[in-house]
Amino acid sequence: MARIFLATLTMTLMLLFGALSATAQSPTIQSILQENEAIIAKSSRKTIEPAIDAIRDSGLSGARDVLEKWQAKELWQRKDDKQFFFARANEDKTYTLIDIETGADVEAVEKNTLKQIKPNSGIRAMIGAALVQFQLLADDPLVRSESLDAIQRDPNATHLPALRGAIDGETDPAIKERKERLLRLLTVQFETDPALRIDAIESLRGDLGVDARAALNPILATTRVAAIDRPDGNPAAPLTVGKDLTEDEAYDLLVAADLALPVPTAAEMRAALSDNIVGGKVGGIPTSQLNTEENRTAAYAALAEAGAVPFFIDAAEKSAAVAAHSYFDTYIETNADVTTAAADVLDAINLKVGASTALDLGLDALSLASIFFLAAIGLAITFGVMGVINMAHGEFIMLGAYTGYVVQQFITNYTVSIIVALPLAFAVTFAAGVLMERLVIRHLYNRPLETLLATFGISIALQQLAKNIFGTQARPLTSPGWLDGALVFNDVVAISYIRIAIFVLALIFLALFLFIMKRTRLGLEVRAVTQNPRMAASMGINPDKINMMTFGLGSGIAGIAGVAIGLFAKVTSELGSDYIVQSFMTVVVGGVGNIWGTLAGATMIGFLQKGIEWMNPGNTLAAQTFMIIFIIIFIQFRPKGIIALKGRAAGD
Amino acid sequence: MERSFIARNPSILIFLACLAGFTLIVTMLSESFGAGIIGTSFLKTLGKTLCLCLVAIAMDLVWGYCGILSLGHFAFFGLGGYMIGMWLMFERTKGIVMTSLAEADIPPTPQEIQDAIGTQIFGVVGGSDIPWVWAFADSLTLQLALVIIIPGLLALIFGWLAFRSRVTGVYLSILTQAMTLALSLYLFQNESGLRGNNGLSGLQNVPGWEAIPQSTVSLWMFWASALALGLGYVLVAWIVSGKFGSVVRGIRDDEARVRFLGYSVEGYKLFIFTVTAIIAAIAGTLYYPQAGIINPGEIATSASIYLAVWVAIGGRARIYGAVIGAALVSLLSTWFTGGQAPNVPLGFYTIQWVDWWLVLLGLSFVFVTLFAPKGIGGLVDKFAKGEAK
Repeated sequence: MARIFLATLTMTLMLLFGALSATAQSPTIQSILQENEAIIAKSSRKTIEPAIDAIRDSGLSGARDVLEKWQAKELWQRKDDKQFFFARANEDKTYTLIDIETGADVEAVEKNTLKQIKPNSGIRAMIGAALVQFQLLADDPLVRSESLDAIQRDPNATHLPALRGAIDGETDPAIKERKERLLRLLTVQFETDPALRIDAIESLRGDLGVDARAALNPILATTRVAAIDRPDGNPAAPLTVGKDLTEDEAYDLLVAADLALPVPTAAEMRAALSDNIVGGKVGGIPTSQLNTEENRTAAYAALAEAGAVPFFIDAAEKSAAVAAHSYFDTYIETNADVTTAAADVLDAINLKVGASTALDLGLDALSLASIFFLAAIGLAITFGVMGVINMAHGEFIMLGAYTGYVVQQFITNYTVSIIVALPLAFAVTFAAGVLMERLVIRHLYNRPLETLLATFGISIALQQLAKNIFGTQARPLTSPGWLDGALVFNDVVAISYIRIAIFVLALIFLALFLFIMKRTRLGLEVRAVTQNPRMAASMGINPDKINMMTFGLGSGIAGIAGVAIGLFAKVTSELGSDYIVQSFMTVVVGGVGNIWGTLAGATMIGFLQKGIEWMNPGNTLAAQTFMIIFIIIFIQFRPKGIIALKGRAAGD
Repeated sequence: MERSFIARNPSILIFLACLAGFTLIVTMLSESFGAGIIGTSFLKTLGKTLCLCLVAIAMDLVWGYCGILSLGHFAFFGLGGYMIGMWLMFERTKGIVMTSLAEADIPPTPQEIQDAIGTQIFGVVGGSDIPWVWAFADSLTLQLALVIIIPGLLALIFGWLAFRSRVTGVYLSILTQAMTLALSLYLFQNESGLRGNNGLSGLQNVPGWEAIPQSTVSLWMFWASALALGLGYVLVAWIVSGKFGSVVRGIRDDEARVRFLGYSVEGYKLFIFTVTAIIAAIAGTLYYPQAGIINPGEIATSASIYLAVWVAIGGRARIYGAVIGAALVSLLSTWFTGGQAPNVPLGFYTIQWVDWWLVLLGLSFVFVTLFAPKGIGGLVDKFAKGEAK
């Protein structure tokens, strides 16, 4: 209301000035300032608006300069005649006044004869908003672009004519395009002519920008009202009591519309009863019996009858009142054509957004799948190929991540440090894996359950050691600058470069694994030892050595995965244990002993988790819970995993 | 069947005598009955240790005797704790709420009581409605029945699914671990209706016993734990003796052969899995009123592995081994992590056991599995054989 009033005031003022200019001499900036002298000197955010508007809308060439100087606290007022000047400080602590219109020096005066106009930050922001209009036409493209940013941040109706007038003269095609889009958005929001507005709404059809939806959504904002028959204004949809809203809600609407008397709430009723206790009784009912809803209602009704409380409405009356009226969602926007067009366009946009979101979700799922694959590929070797349960696998991932962190302490160039860290992490965890195989696992090959316990012991020891060395707080593993940012397809679909890098890394590992297993001597020997250690031994293969190498390889890959995971997750001593169960699931679900199975398992788990997260947004815990339950059930139907080995290789 | 069950298992009598003696000594040294050498908090620790011994016995039955390395029995333990915790918390809050509402001049309606309890309990998770899972929380009998029904049913369904599809060995371990993780993640959510990561607290205050000092309540809980441990020991010893026990051990040693002999391996496994889950839940029911608080962190996957390790250290397929392992490791853990163990100065570095205990524990798992696969129980065997010769 205040806004409308001020706008009217401004327009009146403008008309007044127009009239003045037609009859008397044309106004100057000084004369406008003098018109508003009182409020400028008062410098209050609440009252300053007419002054700023008057200068902005004066159409005078000096307007922009005055506003800028005012904003920069460089506007001064001479105390004796209240004239405004710019000023320049002299060396002898006097100030030279400069005429606002001509820019000519007027006189040098003592500071105490002047008053500096010091707008507070609120006023400076308002001046800034007024300046936007001038900046839109500035010579510097950067200023024009910044002014568009300013409008986008805080759009209002006054920007609309300014922007409309600033398009034809625009020479920069990119800025022109931005201006035109912003004009459409502003038209959608603030235009008063419905035809223009509907045109602008239609022009947004298929626009995926968040700002487009932000401009359209308020048009469709509704309020709930109750009416005797049909509400005034622009109703969106009739509501059915019992389906769209409860009886209590409907009654509240009636009360809000002055169509019914308010029913006391339980607390009010209780307070009223409590106030009217007479000799241990309320309305003839002893207080000790007031511990049920029915007795309290009865007592309250009795009080109403006796006139102690104003009125009483029983449930039947309430239902009757609710049934006698109808309820609607009505649009706040009163023009039905505008709301219809907006609803139609928004539906089309939402459909497109939905499709894009699905695509984005797919990309997310793919990157999650690559993370699971990376975490599990080492296990696919140690558990899948060798059948060794390594509970310390997660700690090897952690070891790799910490290696990356330590490397970054010595090499400050992030690109170089990552390139160094990857092979170093492999070397460290390879060594750790070989050591563990030699000292522990070798002795437990025919006792898989005990391997589980022993490696769990190693796992908690390593975790605690990491905690002792690096502390409990998360350590950063910073990715190189060229991995910052994201590949943006449109306003909805985007994927960060780190995730792409991890996806590529996962593919490289898949290729590497396949190459080692199928094309190298080591791979051949590993497969031979896996299938039949004794036969392999009699063919001249040393199973001990092969087991050691295989285990080292699996552990080393875990180390590299650790560097990759550390790039997007915080490096803590618990990093590994966050992934260990999922990694085992990936291998088991995919099918043990087959890298394609691990790939399938990771893909399934990744997509499943993202899918469940999408159905139940904002709750990753629930998504994980349901995913695990799904996997437990899945194992029922394919106990050997998605890709099961057949024949002799399946073993048992 | 000439000789009685006890006569065939003299170790039961020895164990029961030891347990009774221990209980008696602790009672005499406790604050409320005797010398007061054992403080209330240490008494609680001892009582909790007895509960851990009970769940270790269950673990020994399912793993040591039946060969199922379940990494989910601590989840059943925690579930039992949640079931009793719901009653403890609900009734206690109800008591507090009733006291405060009784001061008003008008007695509260049932709805008002419910609302006040809901606000009191679920305020921390931003709610005031009492979720449906608390439907029976006002009845001790029903909630105690749930202690058996919920974990039992979960074990039954999970076991049926797993055993039916012949998931065995390490795969079963991973599957049970997944179940534990799922349960723990589920309880971490506020939507689970069990106060999310806040868990249930104030469980040491037993409704109806407000006037009794904690030292006495703790002693009673200690007795209850000792009784449960004794009964559990006899039950497990009875299950593993005789023909049934032989079949169970047969399944552990060669499942396929037992199946070919015509036994329903799945049925036996399911029975053992479910019974041990219920024993674990009962142990949890006694444990958490002494611990005072339960939260989903208690059900972490590592807790169940620790349980397996206790049994391994104590010695598998020996019921007393499980008791020794659980008591020894959990008491040592309390001692070391409580900061009571003296630090070891090495000149250049001081070993602080709070930081290094887990490293030591982890490495000792490795040593036990490598060099003493029969655990401490194996040493007892050697000693007993030496005596016989």
